[in-house]
Amino acid sequence: MFKILKYSFYDLIRSRWSYVYFLFYLLLGFVLLFLNNDISKAIITLMNVIIILVPLISTIFGIMYFYNSKEFTELLLAQPIKRSSIFLGQYFGVAGSLTLSLVFGLGIPFVLYGLFKSDAIFDFTLLLVTGAFLTLIFTVLSFNIALSNENKIKGFGYAVLLWLFLAVIYDGLFLMSLIVFKEYPLDGFSLAATMFNPIDLSRTLILLKLDISALLGYTGAVFKKFFGTDQGLFISMFMLVLWTVLPIWRLVIISKKKDF
Amino acid sequence: MIHIEGLCKKFGKNKVLSDLDLNIEEGGVFAVLGPNGSGKTTLIKSVLGMVVPDKGRISVMGEPIKKNWKYRKKIDYLPQIANFPGNLRVKELIRMIKDLRQGESNEEKLITLFKLEPFLDKKLSTLSGGTKQKVNIVLAFMFDSPLLILDEPTTGLDPASLIHLKELIREQKQKKKTILITSHIMQFVAEVSDIIIYLLEGDIYFKGTIAELKTKTAQTDLEHAIASIATTPAHV
Repeated sequence: MFKILKYSFYDLIRSRWSYVYFLFYLLLGFVLLFLNNDISKAIITLMNVIIILVPLISTIFGIMYFYNSKEFTELLLAQPIKRSSIFLGQYFGVAGSLTLSLVFGLGIPFVLYGLFKSDAIFDFTLLLVTGAFLTLIFTVLSFNIALSNENKIKGFGYAVLLWLFLAVIYDGLFLMSLIVFKEYPLDGFSLAATMFNPIDLSRTLILLKLDISALLGYTGAVFKKFFGTDQGLFISMFMLVLWTVLPIWRLVIISKKKDF
Repeated sequence: MIHIEGLCKKFGKNKVLSDLDLNIEEGGVFAVLGPNGSGKTTLIKSVLGMVVPDKGRISVMGEPIKKNWKYRKKIDYLPQIANFPGNLRVKELIRMIKDLRQGESNEEKLITLFKLEPFLDKKLSTLSGGTKQKVNIVLAFMFDSPLLILDEPTTGLDPASLIHLKELIREQKQKKKTILITSHIMQFVAEVSDIIIYLLEGDIYFKGTIAELKTKTAQTDLEHAIASIATTPAHV
């Protein structure tokens, strides 16, 4: 698996898009710090960007990489390599290079600004960890979609729809159901609804850590009331891990049964 | 060498292989022939484990291939369409495959034979179809595995390279290797192969030497024999 990872990773590191992505975060980091002049405030703004943008880029990058490396995959399948190693290697290659772009792109401006001297270092680390999780989750989701759809256009469409649903539509539906069912106790429902969306989950996780009650919103408040800050952090982290591991597991199972 | 029992494969509603039994003995060149869509590539891909059969058992050199991947160390495969990752250079691709397989290889000799030196630093996406096929051949022949599977090896080759390819196959045959070839060019098949395996509608229709095929169909040349085989009532 590590050999495949190595080749996928080198392949991506040489690609122009990795640099564009890296430079984008670098620029974003510098601009936000320049405009806000305050690390904690910049972190909140960044959170809003990361939570929407990281899933979008990971989904599109993942699906494009998978379809574009079809030839490479076929070449590898005839070699004495385990199938799961091929797909896991490619997956971690993509997710790894995206995560590196994110971590270095945002890390460099913040470190230069004096992150290590500020007390926001844990908040910032959590932001990067959440960003890394979102990258892992959405890349593996897009790999799953690509593996189940031979048709590129369809696969691409499903992937974008998935992002749109989780990033935008889900919140709308959630809010509407809260209004429609306002007569009933909704604590349990909203907890579950948050758990089922990695984007909402990440947002709650970061806001819990930042402890900004004004931004927590209804779900965040329920989360805090229900679990308390520490347990809430732990549970949302655990859910993010589940969101990563379960699709990876499906990826391995599906790849074993597929014909090439 | 290869033992196949009751192999079935459907793609959707399209039944490609139906209850196919085949035994390929060790040593010699076996040509897998058949009309378009008769299941040649599916058969080969099943042996390679790229296609997962619905039913049936396949074993390569006594090893069942189900849930196994190490047996592919003993197989060199030349795919039908030379699809390579476009942003790699020829040199890098060869180095990568060598790194992945970790075996003895003799790529220098093959590179000189097919005059590929000027292309070594070129990206694969810029190569012509014939040059890609030469790279394909180098990759398939550079290891010394006991089983060689060549899917349409002649595609896009110029006459000089075709002669080299035939020499290579003869060389491998002398080393007592087992070689599986599919091709639509009967002249090529007649020159290199020992045994003909004719596939029709997903099953083996005929297996035997070229001479046997000619007597059976009462034809004097292979091309006509193959063309008329399906209309001959005799069935093996």
